[in-house]
Amino acid sequence: MTLDAMDAAILITIVLYMLSTAGYLAYFLLQKSRLQQAGLALLLAGFLSHTASIAIGYAHQGHIPVSNLPETLSFAGWAVAGAFLVLHYRYNLKILGVYAAPFVALVMAIVPLLPKTPAETPAVFKSFWLVAHVTAIFIGEAAFALAAGAGLLYLLQDNAIKAKRSRFFFKRLPSLDLLDSTGYACIVVGFSLLTLGLITGLVYAKSFWGRFWSWDPKEVWSGISWLFYAVLLHGRLTIGWRGRRSAILAIVGFGVLLFTFLGVNFLMEGHHKGFTK
Amino acid sequence: MHDIVLIGINHKTASVELRECIGFSKDETETATGALRQLPGVCESLLYSTCNRVELLLVTEDKPVSVEAAKAFISEFNQIPLAQFESALYIHENDNAARHLFRVAASLDSMIVGEPQVLGQIKDAYRHAAEAKTTGVILNRLLHRTFFVAKRIRTETGIGDRAVSISYAAVELARKIFGALDGKRVLLIGAGEMAELAVEHLLRHPVAETFVANRTFENGLALASRFKGHAIRFEEIAEHLKQVDIIISSTGAPGFVVTRNEVRNVARARKNRPLFFIDIAVPRDIDPDINRLDNAYVYDIDDLKGVIEENIEDRQKEALKGERIIDEAVVRFREWHAGLEVVPTIVSLRQKLDAMAETEIRRTLHGNALPPESAQALSRMMAAFINKVLHEPTVFLKHDGMQANKALYLDAVRKLFKLDE
Repeated sequence: MTLDAMDAAILITIVLYMLSTAGYLAYFLLQKSRLQQAGLALLLAGFLSHTASIAIGYAHQGHIPVSNLPETLSFAGWAVAGAFLVLHYRYNLKILGVYAAPFVALVMAIVPLLPKTPAETPAVFKSFWLVAHVTAIFIGEAAFALAAGAGLLYLLQDNAIKAKRSRFFFKRLPSLDLLDSTGYACIVVGFSLLTLGLITGLVYAKSFWGRFWSWDPKEVWSGISWLFYAVLLHGRLTIGWRGRRSAILAIVGFGVLLFTFLGVNFLMEGHHKGFTK
Repeated sequence: MHDIVLIGINHKTASVELRECIGFSKDETETATGALRQLPGVCESLLYSTCNRVELLLVTEDKPVSVEAAKAFISEFNQIPLAQFESALYIHENDNAARHLFRVAASLDSMIVGEPQVLGQIKDAYRHAAEAKTTGVILNRLLHRTFFVAKRIRTETGIGDRAVSISYAAVELARKIFGALDGKRVLLIGAGEMAELAVEHLLRHPVAETFVANRTFENGLALASRFKGHAIRFEEIAEHLKQVDIIISSTGAPGFVVTRNEVRNVARARKNRPLFFIDIAVPRDIDPDINRLDNAYVYDIDDLKGVIEENIEDRQKEALKGERIIDEAVVRFREWHAGLEVVPTIVSLRQKLDAMAETEIRRTLHGNALPPESAQALSRMMAAFINKVLHEPTVFLKHDGMQANKALYLDAVRKLFKLDE
């Protein structure tokens, strides 16, 4: 078990994700179901080698490999690929692969380009609460990423139906109802996990730093993201924010989340800093 | 030589007035098919008549005579002078007849490419003809190939995939908005053939409820009972916008029946669930600005026609793939048809037996070291045996068989000895 093996697994993963992307794009253009099956199979294979790379990292470091930015990104990409596969089998929304496959391919393509700061193996990582915190947050974020994808497809299809002349998307995308309900399901799952992730994070902060909340920028922005999605869900349940508005909010929400994930680290200081820089 | 001849008239060669004069009803088709079989030279016959075409399919021993007799028959049967329609007739022979039939059955020759009815009509006509035994080996084979080809084209290309009528296009759109139509509520405003047809198509899905609004409440009641729905008064439309999902409108009203404000005001009560307006009326009933509201979609008659035109173009692209499948089928049918001749059949029969004999001789000689003379004697014996075996069948096919149904015997021989593989 060496780091070389991990790098090799990551490279294989990137190649498989890119091939999967090609498969899905070709499926989108040509509408041959065999292409979609190929895209899915390649994504599944990529996900397995991706899992292997994380397992190697775990074996090597003795904890979840999320101690620097490339590792964290890779973990996030892994969560998105996994969440897409679950969604695919649960809702049979094949076409979302057109979004998910390029998304993870892009995320993973960035990973090897980033400088690897040597892992210090800080004491921070030796805790059940931390594992729970990281896992819940990342899978939750993956669900939000897919919600944004469903929202994007929703807007394309909505626009196609309204414009009446752009039959390209009309033919290829599923019904508005399916896109809307899938996006909603993703947000419900994402919100639940984000909540769980924040709670475990608070518990962990209490046990490690002695206080629940320390106005760390990442904490603040996570709180903002959480509030944003809370408002979105509330609006849907009470006033019926659905369809177009809900799709736009899902995309904006994911933007806020991306800022929390990446932007905060580059622009502000804080105790999350090292893990994503 | 048996020729296949197809004589026909269709929407491309004749006006609807002329086609009406030459059309055959269902019963007439059956009697006419039988009568055609009795014409000079004709061994097999089939006739099918749809609203866009009448076509006669004949297998004949004497092409010119049969063709003239068939033309005279059409003229006599429909009591219309030949001169009036002769120029609209097309006549295809053998390969071209097969190709034409394949194209018709696969709906590549239809007015609306891909419409599925024509295949059913040909199947019906063929079933009756086969029961009346006016078809024989050649037409049976040809029609079975036809049905196979038509099915293949339907499954392998997308010619039947997209909606090409107003009412189907409306349903297709509704499905893109709502996904499944189960449990959706439909409101019909006004009446009219196209609107009612659209409602009927929607009702094939298990929609929850139907409402009918009509200026004259009594007419609304009558329509509502037809659709097993509720009649509402015209003034109640705005209120009902809160609960319906699909609105089909077709009134003679000069102004808008549903306005933008009315729709905007119900959005909250509807919790922003989508609303789909299908406006078939001219002048329009539904304010087109409603389409600019979130989660509201308006399609008027021109929009629907635009959808249909694009779908027809799509079908025509798919039809090109169908032509390739037909080319292939024509070649295969030609091979089979050409084989239905005496000389090629005897030749391939002899080749088959020779090949068998050679194999068996080689196998026999393989383990036993016979002197060359004995081996030669063995070969000579085999050749003589084959000649004896083939003598009677050859004489039969060349002379006796000619009298009765030659194609039948040739086909039987080819099947018994698997000469076509």
